[in-house]
Amino acid sequence: MGSLTLKNINKSFGSVLVLKDISLEVEDGEFVIFVGPSGCGKSTLLRIIAGLEDATSGDVLIAGKRVNTTPSSKRGIAMVFQTYALYPHLSVRNNMSLGLKQAKRPKAYIEERVKVASDMLELGPYLDRRPAELSGGQRQRVAIGRALVRNPELFLFDEPLSNLDAALRVNTRLEIARLHRQLETTMVYVTHDQVEAMTLADKIVVLQDGRVEQIGSPMALYNDPDNIFVAGFIGSPAMNFLPGSVIGDSARTIGLRPEMIMLGDEGEIEGEISHLEHLGADTNVYVRVGEQLVTVRYMGQTDYEIGSKTMLSYSLAALFRFDEKGRRIRG
Amino acid sequence: MNKVKHNPLNILAVHAILVIYTVIALFPVVVIILNSFKTRKAIFREPLALPNADSFSLAGYETVLKQGDYFGYFQNSMIVTVVSLFFILLFGAMAAFALSEYRFKGNTLMGLYLAIGIMIPIRLGTVSILQIMVASGLVNTLTALILVYTASGLPLAIFILSEFMRQVSADLKDAGRIDGLSEYRIFFFLVLPLVRPALATVAVFNMIPIWNDLWFPLILASGEETKTLTLGSQVFIGQFVTDWNAVLSGLSMAILPVMLLYIIFSKQLIRGITSGAVK
Ligand SMILES: Nc1ncnc2c1ncn2[C@@H]1O[C@H](COP(=O)(O)OP(=O)(O)OP(=O)(O)O)[C@@H](O)[C@H]1O
Ligand SMILES: [Mg+2]
Repeated sequence: MGSLTLKNINKSFGSVLVLKDISLEVEDGEFVIFVGPSGCGKSTLLRIIAGLEDATSGDVLIAGKRVNTTPSSKRGIAMVFQTYALYPHLSVRNNMSLGLKQAKRPKAYIEERVKVASDMLELGPYLDRRPAELSGGQRQRVAIGRALVRNPELFLFDEPLSNLDAALRVNTRLEIARLHRQLETTMVYVTHDQVEAMTLADKIVVLQDGRVEQIGSPMALYNDPDNIFVAGFIGSPAMNFLPGSVIGDSARTIGLRPEMIMLGDEGEIEGEISHLEHLGADTNVYVRVGEQLVTVRYMGQTDYEIGSKTMLSYSLAALFRFDEKGRRIRG
Repeated sequence: MNKVKHNPLNILAVHAILVIYTVIALFPVVVIILNSFKTRKAIFREPLALPNADSFSLAGYETVLKQGDYFGYFQNSMIVTVVSLFFILLFGAMAAFALSEYRFKGNTLMGLYLAIGIMIPIRLGTVSILQIMVASGLVNTLTALILVYTASGLPLAIFILSEFMRQVSADLKDAGRIDGLSEYRIFFFLVLPLVRPALATVAVFNMIPIWNDLWFPLILASGEETKTLTLGSQVFIGQFVTDWNAVLSGLSMAILPVMLLYIIFSKQLIRGITSGAVK
C-alpha cells in the first residue's frame, strides 16, 4: 500500500511558476527517480510529496488517500536530506528514535527498530556518538537509518549522495539498491546525476523547467526518448546532435549516440579527428564535423593522429530524428 | 587543538599585543578597586600606590553598607537586568524565528518595523513613557523598568537573531517536522541551541547598558524601595562634596555581578561555537 499518485500539481512562488501540471503514478514497491538539471523543481516536488511545502493546486495521494492537508509526520513517509540534517546535539541513537518517541511508541518497540536499522547499516558501534564525531559517510548512513526506523510506506531521498566522494558514492548507491531489494518499499529519489538514475531506478521521471519531459524505465528512455532533451540528458557521454542536412535527412535535427558510431575509411559523414580521451577500457574520440564536435566512443584502446580525416558510419536503426520543436519523429 | 604549527615569533607578538590590551583595559578597574581600600587622604596623595598598613581603610565600604539599603539596590538591579534580558532574548528570538522561517504577507515590512527602533533612541519618548506609566499606575515599580528595557532591547535583538536564524539549515527544521516535532519544539529544541552564540552576544550587548542606566531609574522608579544600584550610588556624589571612598567602594561592588553574568554568557558563547552542526 505504498503507492503514490500526483494529480495535476502546480506550484508557484510568488508569480514564478516552478511546477507545471505534474501528474504521476507510482506503483507499490517501485523505485522512482526524478532527474533534471539544477533548478528544474525536483526538490520542490519532493517537498510537496513530503508535506513540507503546499502545492498551489493539485492533489497528492499516498496509499490511495488524499493527504493535501495531512502534516508531514502523519503521511507515513521518511525523508533523507542532502545535508543529512542530523540533530547535532543528539546521539546517533536519539537521532534515530526521536520520530518514534514523538509518535509515543512503546520503548521496547523503539529499541527494536533502532537495533534492526543499525544492524542493517552497520551503525552499532556508533550509536552513542554525536553526529560531529562521525565521518561524512557515516552521517549519511545515520540519516538513512533515521528514515529506516520510522518504517515508512514511502521513502523520499533528496540527492543523498551529492556530498560524498566518488568511491563512497558508489558504495552508498549499492547500499541503497540493496535496501530497496530487502524492504520492497516504494522509494522516490531526486538526483541530477543521470548515472545514479540509470543504475537505481525502476522508473525515471525526467523534469525540465517544472515540466515532466518523459516517464519510463531507464532502458525505455535510453532506447526510445520522446524528445531532444531526454535524448541528450540520458546516456553518457551525451548523444550527438547534428542538423539533418548533414546526411540529407528531412528532419531538423538528427541524434547519434557516441557508442553507436563507427570510425573507418567508409561512412556517411566526413570528419577530422580533433581530440582523444583515453579512459583505458574505452576511448572518447572527438571528431570535427563541419562546425560541430561529434563524440565517438570507441570500445578499447585506439590511436588516431590528430587532424587526420576519417569517415563516420552508423546503422539506420541507431539514428534518432527530431522535428523543429525538438520532438522525436518516429517511424 | 594544535592542528597547525605556528611560528613562535608570531605567537609571541600576538600574546604581547593581547597582554598590552588587557593591561590598558583593566587599568581603571584596578585603580578603582585599589583605591576603594584606602583612606581618603591616601587616595589623593598617591592614587596608584597599593594600600599599605598606613593607608588601608574600609571606611568606604562601611559607609556604603550603612547608608541606604545597598543589598536592596543590588537586588533591584539584578532583578531588572535578568528579567529584562530574559524577555529580550525570549521575545526577540521568537520574533526572529517567525520572520526568518515563515513566508507571509508583509514579512519584510514587519521585519523593518521591528528593527527601526535601533535608530530611534528610546529616551526621546521619556515623557510619553512617563505618562503611560503614571496612567497605568506602574510608577515606582520594577515592572516599569523591565518593560522599558525589554522594549528598547528588542529591535537590535530581532535584527541580529533573525540574521543568525536564517543560517540555520532549513533541512534540519524540516527533518524535525517529519519526525513530528511541533513548531515550538523546533524553535526551542533545534533552533535555539544552534544560535546560542548569537543569544550570548545579544545578552552581553544589552546587559551592560541596562545595569548601568541612570536615566530611567531616576525618572520611573526613584523611590527608596525600587532604587537600582547606579541610582543608589548617586547619594555619595554631591554637588559640592563627594565621598570618594564610598563611590569607589560602591563601584567596586557593582562590577562583580556584571562580571559574573559576563562569564556565564561567554561560556555559552564558546560552547555554541564548538557544537557540531550539520555538515
Ligand atoms: N522558497 C522559495 N522561494 C522562491 N523560489 C523558490 C523557493 N524554493 C525554490 N524556489 C525556486 O524554484 C525552482 C525549483 O527549485 P528546486 O529547489 O526544486 O530545484 P531543484 O531541481 O531541486 O534544483 P537542484 O538540483 O539545484 O537542487 C528554482 O528556480 C528556485 O529558485
Ligand atoms: Mg534540489
